[in-house]
Amino acid sequence: MKNQVPKPLLDYPKLGDWLKVTPEKKLVFFSGRVELGQGNVTALLMMISDELGIEPEKISLQTARTDMTPNEGFTAGSMSIVHGGQSLRSAVATLRQQILSISASRLGVDALELDLSNGQIIQKGSFCFYIDEVLDQIDLSSEIPSGAKIKEPSQRWVQFREIDRVDLLEKMTGAPFVHDMIEEGMLFGAPVHPANMYSKLLTLDVIALSKRPGVIKVVQDGSFVGVLATSQRFALEAAEWAREKSEWKEIDGKIENPISHLMAQSHDFEIVSETGDVNKNSGEWCELTVSRPYIFHGSIGPAAAVAKWENEKLTVWTHSQGVFQLRDALAGVFETAEDNITVIHKAGSGCYGHNGADDAALDAAILASEVEGIPVKVVWSRYDEFHAAPMGAAMSTKSRAHLDQDGYITAFDVEVTSVPHSSRPGTGGTPNLRSAVLIKNSKLPAKSPDVPAVRGGGAERNAVPSYNFGPVRVKKRLVHDLPFRASALRSLGAYNNVIVNEGLIDEIAHRNGEDPLAFRIKHCVDDRSKELLLRLDSETKKYKENLKESQGWGVGYARYKGVSGLCAVFVNVTVDEGVVVDNVVSVSDVGEAISPDGVKNQIEGGIVQSISWTLKEAVKTDGVSTTVDSWFDYPIIKFSEIPSLNTILIERPFEKPLGAAEISQGPAGAAVANAVRHALGVRITELPITREAIITSLLSNEI
Amino acid sequence: MQGELRCTINGVVHAIDSFSSEPLLFFLRDKIGLRSTRYGCGQGTCGSCTVIIDGEAKMSCETITKDVSGKTIETAEVFENDCEHPLVKSFIEFQAGQCGYCLPGILMASKSLLDKKQNLSRLEIAEALDANLCRCGAHSRILDAIEKAYQISNEKGT
Repeated sequence: MKNQVPKPLLDYPKLGDWLKVTPEKKLVFFSGRVELGQGNVTALLMMISDELGIEPEKISLQTARTDMTPNEGFTAGSMSIVHGGQSLRSAVATLRQQILSISASRLGVDALELDLSNGQIIQKGSFCFYIDEVLDQIDLSSEIPSGAKIKEPSQRWVQFREIDRVDLLEKMTGAPFVHDMIEEGMLFGAPVHPANMYSKLLTLDVIALSKRPGVIKVVQDGSFVGVLATSQRFALEAAEWAREKSEWKEIDGKIENPISHLMAQSHDFEIVSETGDVNKNSGEWCELTVSRPYIFHGSIGPAAAVAKWENEKLTVWTHSQGVFQLRDALAGVFETAEDNITVIHKAGSGCYGHNGADDAALDAAILASEVEGIPVKVVWSRYDEFHAAPMGAAMSTKSRAHLDQDGYITAFDVEVTSVPHSSRPGTGGTPNLRSAVLIKNSKLPAKSPDVPAVRGGGAERNAVPSYNFGPVRVKKRLVHDLPFRASALRSLGAYNNVIVNEGLIDEIAHRNGEDPLAFRIKHCVDDRSKELLLRLDSETKKYKENLKESQGWGVGYARYKGVSGLCAVFVNVTVDEGVVVDNVVSVSDVGEAISPDGVKNQIEGGIVQSISWTLKEAVKTDGVSTTVDSWFDYPIIKFSEIPSLNTILIERPFEKPLGAAEISQGPAGAAVANAVRHALGVRITELPITREAIITSLLSNEI
Repeated sequence: MQGELRCTINGVVHAIDSFSSEPLLFFLRDKIGLRSTRYGCGQGTCGSCTVIIDGEAKMSCETITKDVSGKTIETAEVFENDCEHPLVKSFIEFQAGQCGYCLPGILMASKSLLDKKQNLSRLEIAEALDANLCRCGAHSRILDAIEKAYQISNEKGT
């Protein structure tokens, strides 16, 4: 296993960057990552415990806050364990060596004779003392060597393998969310978000608004309007009243159908990757185009934040994925030094990417700036959540496969047309926060460059199929003029790209009269992917037999970003009134799995969310804004629609960890689309695959 | 005190401001300080604010506080001192959740089912939970946990 230095360690090379010892001689570790519900605090604690040799309950982990922890960028892209966890391992390995060497001097023995286990120094099997006794001698200014010797895989996970999620009980029965914070004298704020970020306020009766129940103050700054009230209820009710009574100048340039707009583009594609000449051989090409609409992140809890200004210093509590990036963006909005702002992560509802968390933080900060020294809590309404939050990007992908005379795929050519998938705070040098556009001293967002290829790409993520298909070319066309706000949603472009590529592969297999899974196995790039697909094949044979006419099965496979976790998904569907997914079998390989059950939970969540996207979800718009007012207008998967899930993990303890949270969305969507094709004999190419889409497709095929 | 409206929340009697048209959700969160009951939509469409009122699962955002006068209410805080409750134990065992925002509502909906001691199939449990949304996709584990809690309760004969 190659021991590359993870990037966070290059930025934060000192032991004291990653841990401290409290006066009570407890170890507190620092991570620039945050808990988003994916269980990474538990996994990181497990990694620390295992590396050091101490019970997890004896240590604690401080997650991202700008005044304390390393800046590890955004907690995104399935990278928490891959980068953040591996950095902590190096820091902890250095700490362990120091503890052993200090203990050796104290005992007058060679450090090699000592072991550290359960927080105890052990010499030849005998207890010497607890490490607490030497923690005050740790040199926190020492550097973590680039080759810090972390434990060999064979020494790992002797203990602390099966620990419960450390945060779950409180989340089930208590009040740990930023939404739940209560402080002395706190006021409650609510923004009045217009239909579009570029809407302009025309009229609002501020005096009448200030007389609404519980309202303390109305804040207006340009087209930003917000209220401060004595309770969350009064704040929400006053903001709703203001929204209904105010008039706004709407933007020009309605775009009624985002997908048609994307399809109608004719500006040049940019070649983003090319591994050879896809046109070198003459022969037959097959092609398939699939599009997906804008979809919501759809957090169950709306965006929320608490902010307080005191002596020109701002403190913000937020469920943002990137506290440092939010701090810098806020500094840009308020034109103050970054040092004047502290941003602290606090738990929020699952975000699944860049949702309204950062925007709500700015709303809270603007409102709090009107009441010196008083903490202000903002919790968006469901209306705000469905109108003001950025959405997963609409996109369309056309893939073409070149076939030789034996039906093998010998070249692959992909064209991705998409709204950019990233508009995170600070990228492009602008705040990229909604209310920053509304205020008088307006800060417009820079044109998004999308996510660079080194981070797995945005729209083009996983456009390169995970098979050996000869030369592959990927071209991307970004479309910037849609009036809606798009942002990173789990797996970015990989979801749609995997669906189209796997769909095309399926079409070719059908045409060749080959089993779709066998066809894929024939084109495998390596033994690792082959083992995965063979396992899926052997686990799913029984589900392919005795199918009724309305039933079908399908598979989807991809290696996320081409280099991360591998995931293959099989589904059975019944197509009747609509599509029902009956069974799901998945096989995944995430390298070393820190918490195998946690990994499975992530993979299952990705599959279920992807089934919901694929069968149900599309944001309805009026050309300017969304027209979704409640969950009734945007149905998502329900308990009674959940298939049986068989989630298989191929554990590879000797490989490096690859990340898990975003590996299954593409394969699951592809498996569903392929299973529907199998059941119906017709492929739905405009997602989602609703009953209406099926009827339309069947009718057009009859003609 | 005569004429004052009251209700019993998690075994404790509380006075209700009878003039209030306040939804029970905000009464619980802001006045009583029981903040496990979550605001998700305020429209009765997500189930995050589900509590138990006289044995039935109800969304507290759609319930006017004064209407619970004389009634018995349970919120997820009842489990704070009852970590051995079959539901709590099995939710932890199955890691039945991810972000946890929807869980108190789901726990209360499940507890009202469990308390009724009906013999429900997995599909019937799922249908009973259709008013509760989960976005993380932990549904299957949640159903596993509830089934296990049923099993434990039945074995105890309680």
